[in-house]
Amino acid sequence: MLYIDLMTLTTLLGALVNLGGSGNYIHWGFIQLSVANFVVILLMILVFILAIVLPFPRRPGRDQ
Amino acid sequence: MTTDTTADTTDTTATSVSDGEDAHQWTARVRHAAESAFPPDRLLPDRQPAYLTSWVYVFGILTVTTLAWVIVTGCILALMGPNWWHVSTTGHFVNSLHLWSVEAFFFFMVIHLWAKFFMAAWRGKRRLTWVTGVVSFVVSIAAAFTGYLTQQNFDSQWISTQAKDGINATGAGAFWNVLNFGQMLMWHIVLLPIGVVIIAAFHVLLVRRRGIVPPFADSRRHGAEPSPTADDRDEPA
Repeated sequence: MLYIDLMTLTTLLGALVNLGGSGNYIHWGFIQLSVANFVVILLMILVFILAIVLPFPRRPGRDQ
Repeated sequence: MTTDTTADTTDTTATSVSDGEDAHQWTARVRHAAESAFPPDRLLPDRQPAYLTSWVYVFGILTVTTLAWVIVTGCILALMGPNWWHVSTTGHFVNSLHLWSVEAFFFFMVIHLWAKFFMAAWRGKRRLTWVTGVVSFVVSIAAAFTGYLTQQNFDSQWISTQAKDGINATGAGAFWNVLNFGQMLMWHIVLLPIGVVIIAAFHVLLVRRRGIVPPFADSRRHGAEPSPTADDRDEPA
């Protein structure tokens, strides 16, 4: 059975993104936005759209 | 408040009997106002309107839930102290829980704000509900900002030295000094959390009082453009 301790797992996950370097920024006129914040904004828009589009589970026979 | 030496405190009818002669007292007036505004079945209803069967309505309670996580993890950090959250593995974990619950709190709160904006959720005498939501959002930003200032690392040094000029330019720096660690810590762990929790609790009570705002009338079904001002049909005067 494969056993990975917590420290190894966090190191592996941390290796996916280089957090040691300088940040990446989007420059658009006077707007300066970090890529991380831009990704979060896109995720919020995606979740908002999904919340409107996806059907909400309803129990049959309940009209209220 | 008057005293009645003959009153039996175990008598459940004592309140209604004494209401007639004591109705002028502030205790009676507050009690009646609270009972009128928040009857138990409205404060904790068993069922909700059918139009709530949409995922877009879940972000309010998700915001409240993540706020609870913020408060709980913040209390644990306050109990254990900086030597614990900076050094031990468990401290790092709880510190991260505190950070990520704040991230989730703002994530859900902004989507909640978008949803309520496009629903025009201030309709039907719900203006104060909307305003308390806006105020709690602004106070939450201040609470999160002071959290960044009190991280005790290079990040917090950078943020505070960058913020001081902006804050001083507003004039607020005269009594709200972002370079004063002790002051910012007290704002972060005492004043601002109290403010956020009180305003959020008032916001939730107003939601219970006025109910969830109904959707706009379907113009395709009714053959007319919906009128925002007329859409308070679920609302008693």
